[in-house]
Amino acid sequence: MTATIAGQTIEVDAEGFMQKPEQWNRDVGAEIARDSGVAEMTDRHWQVVEFMRNQYLETGNAPSIRSLGKESGVPIKELYKLFPKGPAKLAAKIGGIPKPRGCI
Amino acid sequence: MKRIVILGAGTAGTIMANRLRRLYRSDIKSGELQITIVDQDNQHVYQPGLLFIPFGIYTPEDTVKPRRPQVSDDVRYLQAGIERVEPEHDTVYLDDGTTLAYDVLIVATGTDIAPQETEGLTGPGWRDTMHDFYTLEGATKLHEALQRWDGGRLVVNIVEMPIKCPIAPLEFVFLADWYFQQRGIRDKVEIVLATPLDGAFTRPLAAKALGDLLEQKGIELVTDFNAGEVDGEHGKLMSWDERVEDFDLLVSIPLHMGADFVSRSPGLGDDMNFIFTDQATLQAKVKDNIFALGDATNLPTSKAGSVAHFEAEVLEQNIRRYLAGEALEEGFDGHANCFIETGFNKAVLIDFNYDIQPLPGRFPFAGVGPLSLLKETRMNHIGKMWFRWVYWHMLLPGRDMPGVPARMSLRGKQRVDLPPPERHPVQGGSANSMETDDDSARVA
Repeated sequence: MTATIAGQTIEVDAEGFMQKPEQWNRDVGAEIARDSGVAEMTDRHWQVVEFMRNQYLETGNAPSIRSLGKESGVPIKELYKLFPKGPAKLAAKIGGIPKPRGCI
Repeated sequence: MKRIVILGAGTAGTIMANRLRRLYRSDIKSGELQITIVDQDNQHVYQPGLLFIPFGIYTPEDTVKPRRPQVSDDVRYLQAGIERVEPEHDTVYLDDGTTLAYDVLIVATGTDIAPQETEGLTGPGWRDTMHDFYTLEGATKLHEALQRWDGGRLVVNIVEMPIKCPIAPLEFVFLADWYFQQRGIRDKVEIVLATPLDGAFTRPLAAKALGDLLEQKGIELVTDFNAGEVDGEHGKLMSWDERVEDFDLLVSIPLHMGADFVSRSPGLGDDMNFIFTDQATLQAKVKDNIFALGDATNLPTSKAGSVAHFEAEVLEQNIRRYLAGEALEEGFDGHANCFIETGFNKAVLIDFNYDIQPLPGRFPFAGVGPLSLLKETRMNHIGKMWFRWVYWHMLLPGRDMPGVPARMSLRGKQRVDLPPPERHPVQGGSANSMETDDDSARVA
């Protein structure tokens, strides 16, 4: 399915995760953030989102919350303040990459 | 001579060794092929049994056998720790300094709990007021603690997904409800399940059905709870977003990680030491002659014995294809099948795969008769208890289950139009609530 985000037609899944990371830009990210309850994206937010996105584009896998905490430069506690409830999931959504594969 | 090396002689490795030995029996006899399996110890734990130890239903002795006799004598068995794998050189380095060269490597080293990864969890109170039941020692200590406990607030917490047997924490709280009723102190016990998930389970219909069951049994469900720190001295479990759960007794399902050697093996696994694995062929991403199955993989399906069993059927044929120079088959669909013990001699059965969530209906089971899906019955409980025999005598020897194919079948399942995703399924209405029923009469 598609959605119109920041004036662009974007492919998303049922939960609003982008399916084509190449359709992403910061305007798109900022609008997804607002819709997801993150009113304003600060530099710290972007630091996490960019790290997440780069990791995904390099390795094909989104990093876990633990490696975000160790390697993104933002400690886990702050991650939960920046991206309430599920930082890894929310940062992936804002960063325009598919939903991290939930494990069951 | 072709050399197949299997790392790990747990459920997955043992099944794989026995299946490949049967497949290559004549090549082994003629010395054209050798299968070697490596494990660090000689204690095979029937892991589904660990759930029953805290409640005194099983003793530790009921769940353990030596590893060696579970593997065919035609398979070479080495007891050694694994230092690392070098995919580039097709070589396994063992702790004792020796090396194993291979043509095909199968990684089946499973996953273990890492309680030390959660701040405070292994500090004051560990194995006293804070326990696990995913290890033999933990389950045994928890049994002692439950016996001497006279009530208070019991918090069961899943630190982070993925975990082995993702329904075990639910089974634990269901059994705890039963156990405290038997002891006549249920009214003195608060039971809380705090989970990082947004419901009782990961898939909507099962989350709803199991959530309703929690409500019926008076068990509190706390969702989106990501445990960050534990204070054992004051009985406080804190989440990263600074919520606090007070406890008198904590049963933690700690973070799970793959085996240590994975972190020392270039390109083999992710930051949790789970093997990068193709979800349909079970080939490792790092190199074409490495394969993985069971809890060791990073696949988005349950970490459970049933999954290892279904994977083994697919992987046996893909190893044969690989050694014969044929293309691999994308044969694995994520099939999982679990009995969920719900207390009072009843259980729920679920059957699902990567794409199809647990559905209600009937599960055809040759020789036993249909079992109810997503519904509490006595017959499912009998199935669950019978499974221990099946495990040692059919599953580990690598025999196919009669009438249970590796690929999930929709036979007997009811197609359900999914409700729109609910954020907190357990707080919804009770339209789909599970009715208990006894279908043993229908099984002849």
